[in-house]
Amino acid sequence: MQSKSFIIETLQGDTGGRILIAVLLASCLIFPVFNLFVPESSVFHISTYLVTLFGKYLCFALLALALDLAWGYCGILSLGHGAFFALGGYGMGMYLMRQIGDRGVYGDPLLPDFMVFLNWTELPWYWNGFNNFGFAMLMAAFVPGLLAFVFGWLAFRSRVTGVYLSIILQALTYALMLAFFRNEMGFGGNNGLTDFKDIVGFNLQSDVTRAVLFVITGLILIFVYLFCRHIVKSKFGRVVVSIRDAESRMRFIGYKVENYKTSVFVLSALIAGIAGALYVPFVGIINPGEFAPLNSIEIVIWVAIGGRSTLYGAVLGAILVNYAKTRFTAVLPEVWLFALGGLFIFVTLFLPKGLVGFFSDVKEKMRKKA
Amino acid sequence: MNILYKAKRFGAIIAAAVLMQWSTSILAQDTIKVGVLHSLSGSMAISETTLKDTVLMMIEEQNRAGGLLGRQLEAVVVDPASDWPLFAEQTRELITQEGVDVIFGCWTSVSRKSVLPVIEELNGLLFYPVQYEGEESSKNVFYTGAAPNQQAIPAVDYLMNEIGAERWVLAGTDYVYPRTTNRILEAYLKAKGVADEDIMINYTPFSHSDWQNIVADIQRFGSTGKKTAVVSTINGDANVPFYIELGNQGVSAEDIPVIAFSVGEEELSGIDTAPLVGHLAAWNYFQSVFNDTNEEFIDSWHSFIGNSSRVTNDPMEATYIGFKMWAEAVEAAGTTEVDAVEQAMIGIEVPNLTGGTAVMNANHHLSKPVLIGEIQDDGQFEVVWETDGVVAGDAWSDYLEGSRDLISDWTEPTRCGNYNTVENRCLGSSSQ
Amino acid sequence: MQRVVLILSAVLVLFGLSGTLSTVDAQPEDILQAPSSLEEIVQSLATARRNEIPALVENIAELEDLRRRAFLESMLEGQIYFTREEQRVVRAVRIEDQFQISDSLTGEELGLVGTRAVGRVSVNNSLRRNLRLLIAGIDLEDEEPGIRLSAVEYLVSQAATESRELLLQLRSVESDDSVSLAIEEGLALVDLSSEDPLLRSAALDQLSGNLNNTIRNAIRQVAEGDPDPDVQAKAEDALSSIQNKVELYGYVQTLFFGLSLGSVLLLAAIGLAITFGVMGVINLAHGELIMLGAYTTYVVQQTFPNSIEVSLLIAVPAAFIVSGLFGIAIERGIIRFLYGRPLETLLATFGISLILQQLVRTVFSPQNRPVSNPDWMSGQWQLNEVLAFNYNRLYILIFCIIVFALLSLLLKKTRLGIEVRAVAQNRAMAKAIGVRSGWVDALTFGLGSGLAGIAGVALSQLTNVGPNLGQAYIVDSFMVVVFGGVGNLWGTFYGSFILGITNKIMEPWAGAVIAKILILVFIILFIQKQPKGLFPQKGRGMEE
Repeated sequence: MQSKSFIIETLQGDTGGRILIAVLLASCLIFPVFNLFVPESSVFHISTYLVTLFGKYLCFALLALALDLAWGYCGILSLGHGAFFALGGYGMGMYLMRQIGDRGVYGDPLLPDFMVFLNWTELPWYWNGFNNFGFAMLMAAFVPGLLAFVFGWLAFRSRVTGVYLSIILQALTYALMLAFFRNEMGFGGNNGLTDFKDIVGFNLQSDVTRAVLFVITGLILIFVYLFCRHIVKSKFGRVVVSIRDAESRMRFIGYKVENYKTSVFVLSALIAGIAGALYVPFVGIINPGEFAPLNSIEIVIWVAIGGRSTLYGAVLGAILVNYAKTRFTAVLPEVWLFALGGLFIFVTLFLPKGLVGFFSDVKEKMRKKA
Repeated sequence: MNILYKAKRFGAIIAAAVLMQWSTSILAQDTIKVGVLHSLSGSMAISETTLKDTVLMMIEEQNRAGGLLGRQLEAVVVDPASDWPLFAEQTRELITQEGVDVIFGCWTSVSRKSVLPVIEELNGLLFYPVQYEGEESSKNVFYTGAAPNQQAIPAVDYLMNEIGAERWVLAGTDYVYPRTTNRILEAYLKAKGVADEDIMINYTPFSHSDWQNIVADIQRFGSTGKKTAVVSTINGDANVPFYIELGNQGVSAEDIPVIAFSVGEEELSGIDTAPLVGHLAAWNYFQSVFNDTNEEFIDSWHSFIGNSSRVTNDPMEATYIGFKMWAEAVEAAGTTEVDAVEQAMIGIEVPNLTGGTAVMNANHHLSKPVLIGEIQDDGQFEVVWETDGVVAGDAWSDYLEGSRDLISDWTEPTRCGNYNTVENRCLGSSSQ
Repeated sequence: MQRVVLILSAVLVLFGLSGTLSTVDAQPEDILQAPSSLEEIVQSLATARRNEIPALVENIAELEDLRRRAFLESMLEGQIYFTREEQRVVRAVRIEDQFQISDSLTGEELGLVGTRAVGRVSVNNSLRRNLRLLIAGIDLEDEEPGIRLSAVEYLVSQAATESRELLLQLRSVESDDSVSLAIEEGLALVDLSSEDPLLRSAALDQLSGNLNNTIRNAIRQVAEGDPDPDVQAKAEDALSSIQNKVELYGYVQTLFFGLSLGSVLLLAAIGLAITFGVMGVINLAHGELIMLGAYTTYVVQQTFPNSIEVSLLIAVPAAFIVSGLFGIAIERGIIRFLYGRPLETLLATFGISLILQQLVRTVFSPQNRPVSNPDWMSGQWQLNEVLAFNYNRLYILIFCIIVFALLSLLLKKTRLGIEVRAVAQNRAMAKAIGVRSGWVDALTFGLGSGLAGIAGVALSQLTNVGPNLGQAYIVDSFMVVVFGGVGNLWGTFYGSFILGITNKIMEPWAGAVIAKILILVFIILFIQKQPKGLFPQKGRGMEE
């Protein structure tokens, strides 16, 4: 009962959030049921393709949520969240790689295929422990968090702000991309990690596993949403928002601005890492392309299109933009970039507060008329 | 794509209902659908767009000749946008949503690796038309490009025996194809008695554009008086600045020849080749090979694309061979059903474009001739050497520790892509 | 004439010794015995198998026919073809989709034929080298001392002058000093492997300090294994002094590489220093504006195919205008609605960059476009045997400095420049004192974009001209501007060169990838120490 009241309290005044959670809960029910129990011939059948596709969108939504927490509420425009996401993904990828065991093409019981291939004789030390699911998941969140902590601790104490911060985060993700591309790093180079077989004993290629993963991802998204909402509503959250709006004043008042910023940044990176870890089983591959600087910029765009500083806007933006991308690449393969580029420009010019802002403006107008 | 179908798809978008996809599987069953999975945007569009057009051309020709099994072919083109997870996702879409019977696609190894689990899970069929590092053989994939033994090894033999190279620079982009090829070559060179200090290995990142020191290093390495040759597995974009730098620093092919495995007519059409004359490439096909089949192919390409200055290249030939073989296999099997076509594919022979015959072997790789060509000032290659007869593609290299004992054989009774001949068992997941 | 035969046979013998001839199956004797005229041998090229050609070429060189040099030269240029129908050997020059053919010896015009009517007489690398040696052998006889000199130098550099008698004979009749000197060097090189330790020692004296690579290798051999310890010690000295010099020049070379990389970075970033640095617009379409400049170069070259040499001079203003106009259009159409919301410019310009990329894919095709390098941009400025600067990089370095100087002048001295700075520092105040800020914004953005276009012209000479060109430079450009200090042009200037040189110094020992990673880490750490870059902007303009 306590948790119920907690949810209600958290969602007070958050209509968007309530709708979002309702939709997510419904999806968590509808997708698996209509995928697993409705026969393929029926018009109501949801294909496995859609389950994995929307599963992927949910991971992106989680990532967008992470960014909105940092950017929307703390003013940290991170152009490097792709790095945290990818690191989380590598954590999961390494676990799944170890799970392959001797089922790789070379049948080596210990070494992943790409290591056999490059004549590695033993597992690099940092691969140890990744056969344990718990440890791997811990790392998937801990490593991005640690990186964010070191980075934030340095940057926020030196009062690196604004575009400087954004650009050096780009440098960070770019440097990581170059590093992971190197085959000597022991992460499979450009090919990354792929050909996964199963996760905690369940076959990754079965529809049931996928459906369960979908539900887990959906529930995590809901939980993280509530968590973020709770934070931004708390006293801590209000301090953070004030820092966003008037950093110097908060500093003069006596708040340790850098501690607040670092905390939010680390939290955001942890969430991004979790999103990355959830993402890998859906797409079946993790490779350094995820670190590409442009990917990080795209995340910002999801949030901006959905509507910044609303949390649910970020979720909406991530799902809509990615859905548009999926449809455009299939339907307009030759010209889809025009459509996508046009969409970005349109939204910036005409919907400055994103889609969410647009809806609430419309609602506002209707109310005034009425 | 017919207009109605398109209109329906557009209508669907406008509706933008999130769960609108239920209806797309109700598609006309009277066509055979061919999926085309090549990047049309992003970094690989440069190379892959041409292959998309090649497949479309082949489909058009096949339809003009009456289609297959009395049915017309229909292309389903998607754009995986050089985004590797998107390759996997669209493979699933092509097979489960669009119901394609075969996919022609992929260029980079990572895109193939990304597609592989999906195509195996859904029992699809992929034709992969690009030279690659080998070390793979899937029941659901046919590899119509060259394996390392069909490109790299003959190229090194040529340099060693005909040019008299004694010192070797192995320069490549840092990804799996150059890494593997160079490992194979290193082992091969050492087996031939080349000393460690006579081999220099250098890796650069993708799209590397500043080659000043590396070219200077190569020049220094080649200045000891021993004949030096460069084996280049430099990929795509990075080649143009590399060759420009070679030309400007005066590294001529007569002093230090560079033999490339990823530079073909298409790549050269983007540069002024005058300073590169004499540098080499090893492929299974060159546009300049003169025979009727090839001239016909070039003519139909020019008329299809509406531009007579467009070139043809090796991956296009591989696509051509793959498509012809698939069409024959479908006719032979009398169905497009994957298992039947897969079995019918093995042993199929079709004429290649260099005047010989391509054969699909039991390991899903082709037998092909290997040609060495020198770059000419018109951006074409002049064939200076070729193997006697064809070389059978080797899925597993004999020069790598891990794969020395592996073979691939998809005929009965073996039916295994990675069969260990020492332990006499099929390795990995296929054994379970 | 006797001398000619002597020279040629000497040269030929040397081929045999140096083992460059790839005639594995051919039997030169058979062909040598056949009494032939130039016409007959030339004609036999049409049907000769690939491995028979080298021997035929040698036969041609041995004939005392004055037309042979021109023929060999055409062959070297790859202009000798045979007609597929008549099997006649002709000289052919490609003119668009056809070949202009003429008689290979008389030069008589034979008209235009299609590309498939002729096939090329195969010339490969070893044959090309032999051709050069043969031509050099013929050139030893030339009237012009310059030609004789390059012939001797070529033969020396190819270590193809091991015949002492030949060189002595040449020296005895040589009248020109510089040619004599080159012959002396050749003689000394031969003497290095002489039996007589005195001769070897004298040769070392003469050659010490010479940076020529062939000579250096010959000295190294002496230094590594001369039977006479004195000579060996001397050779070691000579070698180490040469190596010290080479090393020194190596540093100079690395410095130049760094400057060159810096100039490329500066060109790519300088437009961004204006649009991002001065105006505060996070212009993600900057790379695509560079790309437009490169495509403009391509279009200029296509429009004036006969004036490649001056094409760049036309392309620079053209690219400035094209990218500048695109920039103004972007500013007026989109960005002006977004001032004061810098992050939204990021979003909109990202959209623009996608659209521009796809635009060139649609208009020009996704393939890279060939942009030719004018002759004056190709090759090297050879300062000595081991130090040379590529002309293209040298000119780009100079060009970049000129552009920077002009830009600084523009911003400092002109009214526009003053207004630009005024608006950048305090928009409201500038407006209040009568600056038409809208107009200034448009022009400033146009200026930044135009500069990007100019960078595109320079990059078209170094790298691919394709839809991805812009993306390759966008991240680097932002790094440079941020490292240098947003809003400060000199920061961008120093920033580019510091990053360029550091990168090139690190590359030899760290490798290209690690060097790049280290540079990025360095920037990240540097910004922590110096949060506003190398040259922080003073004043309050940059507070969000």
